[in-house]
Parts: sequence; C-alpha cells; structure tokens
Amino acid sequence: MTTRTVEIGSSVGLHARPAALFVKAVNEAGVPVTICKPGGKPGPANSMLAIMALGAKHGDTVELGCEAENASDVLDVLVALLERDLDAEK
Amino acid sequence: MDGVVQGGGVVQGIGVVQGVGVVQGGGVIQGIGVSPGSAYAPVVHVGAAVRPPANEGVLEPEEAARVIREALEAVAVEIERRVGLASDNAAEILGATAMLARDPGLIDGAIAHAAAGKGPASAIDAATQEYIDQFVALGGYFAERATDLRDVGDRAIAFVLGVPSPGIPALDAECILVALDLAPAETATLDRSKVIGIVTEHGGRTSHTAILAAQMGIPAAVKVAGATGFAEGTPILVDGETGQVHINPSGELVDRLKQRAARRATALADSKGPGMTKDGKRVALLANIGGVEDAVAAGKADLEGVGLFRTEFVFLSATTAPTVEEQAEIYRQVFAPFEGKRVVVRTLDAGADKPLAFADLGAEENPALGRRGLRLSAERPDLLDAQLEALSIAASDTGADVRVMAPMVALVEEAAWFARRVRENGLKSVGVMIEVPGAALRSAHVLQEVDFGSLGTNDLAQYTMAADRMQGELSDLLDPWQPALLDVVAAACNGAAITGKPMGVCGEAGGDPLLALVLAGLGVTSLSMAPSKVPMVRLALSLHSFSDCQRLAHLARSARTAHDARQAVLGAAAGALTAVL
Repeated sequence: MTTRTVEIGSSVGLHARPAALFVKAVNEAGVPVTICKPGGKPGPANSMLAIMALGAKHGDTVELGCEAENASDVLDVLVALLERDLDAEK
Repeated sequence: MDGVVQGGGVVQGIGVVQGVGVVQGGGVIQGIGVSPGSAYAPVVHVGAAVRPPANEGVLEPEEAARVIREALEAVAVEIERRVGLASDNAAEILGATAMLARDPGLIDGAIAHAAAGKGPASAIDAATQEYIDQFVALGGYFAERATDLRDVGDRAIAFVLGVPSPGIPALDAECILVALDLAPAETATLDRSKVIGIVTEHGGRTSHTAILAAQMGIPAAVKVAGATGFAEGTPILVDGETGQVHINPSGELVDRLKQRAARRATALADSKGPGMTKDGKRVALLANIGGVEDAVAAGKADLEGVGLFRTEFVFLSATTAPTVEEQAEIYRQVFAPFEGKRVVVRTLDAGADKPLAFADLGAEENPALGRRGLRLSAERPDLLDAQLEALSIAASDTGADVRVMAPMVALVEEAAWFARRVRENGLKSVGVMIEVPGAALRSAHVLQEVDFGSLGTNDLAQYTMAADRMQGELSDLLDPWQPALLDVVAAACNGAAITGKPMGVCGEAGGDPLLALVLAGLGVTSLSMAPSKVPMVRLALSLHSFSDCQRLAHLARSARTAHDARQAVLGAAAGALTAVL
C-alpha cells in the first residue's frame, strides 16, 4: 500500500465542487484509492458520501492510499489536485 | 343527492369490500366526506413507511451484494426518471440524490454489513444510518443532505422487500392520492396542480388530513374501507360531499357529477358578501387558519375575517420557546391581510396529541383529559405571557381587529385568570373556547368574565360523547349531528343570550351548510371554517329566514339519532339548497 498525506488547499474545505472534482479525478485514474483522516477508517475515495462524511476543512490533513502498480503516479496527481484551491478556479 | 348509483363497474384489486353503502357489485364504497367537491382521476398510492424486518434472512455474500447493487441502482434510475419531470431547481437536487444512490461508499458499506451477517434490507439501513449519523454530527448543509439519504435508503429497502416506495411518488399527471392516512407534513407539501382528490382508509371527520384537505380545497373522503387495496391507476371518482368513492365509474355517473358541479358553480356565483339569513340577520362567515400561508390565501377570499387562528405551528417545530420578537414578526404577517377585519387568535393549545419539545410536563395516562390547552398555560405562564406580549405588539402594528381566546376553559376562575392576563397586555377583546361540556352548561357565568365565546365543536363532541377524536372507528359518536351535542350547543347559546355576549362556532361543524342553518337557529352569531366551505354556507343562509333556521334547529334537536337529525333538516331545507348539495 502506497500512502500520501496532504493538506486541503480549497478555501471551502473538501465538499461541494472541490469534492466533485476530486471524485471525478479518482474515477479517471481507474484504480481503487482510499481516503481517511489520520488514524481514521479508510473509505473509497470515489465516494462523495465518504468524502463529505470526513468533514475536511481548509488546512485539514487527509491520507490517500492505493495498492495499484502505478500507485505512486496516481497519488501524485491526486495530491497535487487537493493542494490547490479548487473552489477559486473556474 | 346521488341516491341510486347504476353500474359501478369493475372493482380491481379488492377482495371483499367492507362498509355500508356498497351498491351493485361493489362499485361504490361509502366513506366520510370531509372536503367538498368531486374529482375523477386514476389512483396513485402513497407508500407506507418501511422498516427492514427484525428477523430478516441472511443471504450468501455474493447474492447479498447483487441484491444490494440492484436495489440502489433501481432507486437511482427511478430518481433520474423524475429529473425529467421536475423544474430546473428540483432537477438539480434530484440529480444529486440519484448520485447518492450510486455512491460506492454506500454500496460498499451495505455489502460489508451483509457480509458481517445482516440481511440485505437491514444492511442497506445500517450503511445509510452510519452516513446519516456522521452528517447530522457535522450539521448545517450536511444535516440537510441526511434527509435525502434517508429517502434513498428507505426506497432501496422497499425495493428489496418488494413493497411500494414510502411517501408520495413523483406525480406526472392529475391523480387521486390514496393512503392509509397522510402525515400532516405530507398533506401540507402536496402538489395541488396534480393531486385533485384524496382518499384515506383511516382518519375521521376531524383528523388532520380532513382539516388540511378542506383548507387546501382538495375534495377528500376519509375512512374509506379497503382503499389501500385499490389497484394503482384505476380511475376512481371521489365525492367529498357524500363521502362516496366510485371505482371505475360509468361515463354517465361522471357526467352527472360534472353537471352537479356546474349547477353548484352557477348557484355559488351569486353567493357574495357578508353572511346573513334571507331576512337579514347577520351571521359572520370567517376562516380557520393555521399559518401565514393560510392567512394570505384567506385574506384574498370573500369572507369577514378569521374566526380561528391556530398558533401551534409557531411552537410545534421549535426545540426552544420562540422569543417575543420572533412571534411578533409571524403574527404581523398573519394579521396584515386583515386590515379592518377581525382575527380571533387561539393561544397555544398544546399537550395531548400536540406535545411541545420545550414544555413537556411528563407522560400522562389520559392526555386528552390532562394538562393541555389553558391548563398547560397555567403551568407555564411564561409561555402565555410571551405570546400575549407578541400578539399585542403585532396587533398595534397592524390594522386588524385582534381578539384573543383561550382553549380548554372549564371554570369561571380560569376564564377570569385568562381575561386579566390578556387585558394586562393591552389587548382589547378576550374570549374563551367552549369545548368542555362543563363550560358549555355554565356559559352564562363563564362568559361574564370575557367578551365572547367560541364553540370548538370537534373537542366538544369528543368530550360530550367520551370518544377519542383521533379514532376513526368512533366517528359515528363524533358525528356533529348527534342530538346530545346539539343540546350542549343549545345550552351554551342560551347562556350567551342571557349575558348578551356573542357565541361563534369554530369547529368543522360550521362548514356543513345544513348544520350551519341549525347552528344559526340555535343563536350562533358567527361561523368559522375552511375558506373553501364559505360560499356554500353563505348560500344556505341566504335561502332561509332566521325563523326557518330556528325551525330546522328544533327539528334536529327533536330527532332521536344523528342520522334522523340530518335527514329531518335535509327534508325541510329549501329545495334550491338541497339541489346543489
């Protein structure tokens, strides 16, 4: 399992539009990815429900995990996405 | 009246039809008419609430996963179907709800619960509840999404169990809504352009469904035996006057009721202005309202004010007591449409079937006979004082003639206690509800303490006949034509006449055109009802002199049974009225 830790860059936190964009990116990656708060129970990262239930605000830390062969590449892309302020971009 | 019905047609989906008045092969079922007018449209059922069974069987993990995926996908597809029918705003919300049903987190969660030994419906319920708990804990925007999630979960559970989805389905054409009973929230949010009639299997003359349907002017019949067994989509005709429901009615019958509706429309077209008998005795025609929306609608209708403003809605959904400022703002909006007209406000009538979150006096063995109405106000005078202060502020800010009355008054001392508090708050006119037989019999003394009385016939019937008004099975006892009830009303009116104080009626009885004549004959000076009932009552009064009304009242009170009382009045009332009933 490859893991990455990232701070949420979006000013509104990880819900609404930023969450939808993130789920879309996970689905495009085409491999299972998990998400959780540090120490929490990992849930599927392509689930809006699981992401909204994190209640992750701006500046909160989340952990991503992936077991696929290309896990490193996939997670790099997703981490880069979460670091940006997705709500400010149109 | 439609006495004989020919060829009611085929009855689908009903084994045995119970109940009186079944005519010619079960084409007609007799219920209780609670909201006038008739409607003809296909049946749409309201699904009952579903819960997974306590001892649900467990499936093999692979089979359980298949069932769970299939159920949630079916829910998503159904919701997407509704997207096409909805307005832009609703479509966006529905689209988001369909996504919830396809959410991998929800699907994986349910499958995990099934693998851990739950049946598929229980597993969906558990997974849904986990997310709901997290959302509720997060609050705000998330807590609102919890309702959508509950809806998705309940629909999926219903799919697994093979029962209809709970609640009111998406409506794409005019229909008659059929249910065991409707929750007040369901009735209040009905799409009036699609729901043209309501039929319930339970309920009674004074159940909440009945009151709300009349308020919204949707023809309705309650206590219709076997209604939940009607086949979905069967055309039925509901007559909200007689309470008859015709299944697959003949074209001839549909035409006949349409003609009656047309005759009625013609007769009512000339029914305008203040209520009075043929010889000019005034009987004010007023509206029963339960909120700001009702007030706005009643303000536009041709009537003389409000005879009963139920203030419970201000309190019922609140978890803490509303402040004086919050209340005053609501009362201002309610009073605003009635510049120069009367608005009779009933102070908080909680307890019994309407418990308050912030004024719980503990469980009672017999709540209808317990600390409700003014008795609750006596325990919590702070609530009453805040309400009176807010009413006083709103009354002086608007031009409405605001009058305040207390519910559930039994004693002279209670009337005096209430009157003093109302007057101390600068409100000019104070009254009492007469709904306890003890107060009705002693109305001459009770009314000396106040300015007016108002008969609450629903509760007065409940207490006179010792019959729970929430029990549909007891509706014969609660029939407002019961001669005993009319005797109690007569006693209350005699007491009022001795004191020279006006006595109104604000129960549903006042909206029955025949009974309205009887009440006027007994000396009632105002009738308050659902606004949709006012034109017919106005017509009835205009066709009879006061002495006619007195004679009809005498006939009703001389009858031995409720049925005989109504028949006697029906037989003696003006033909121009009975032809359009």
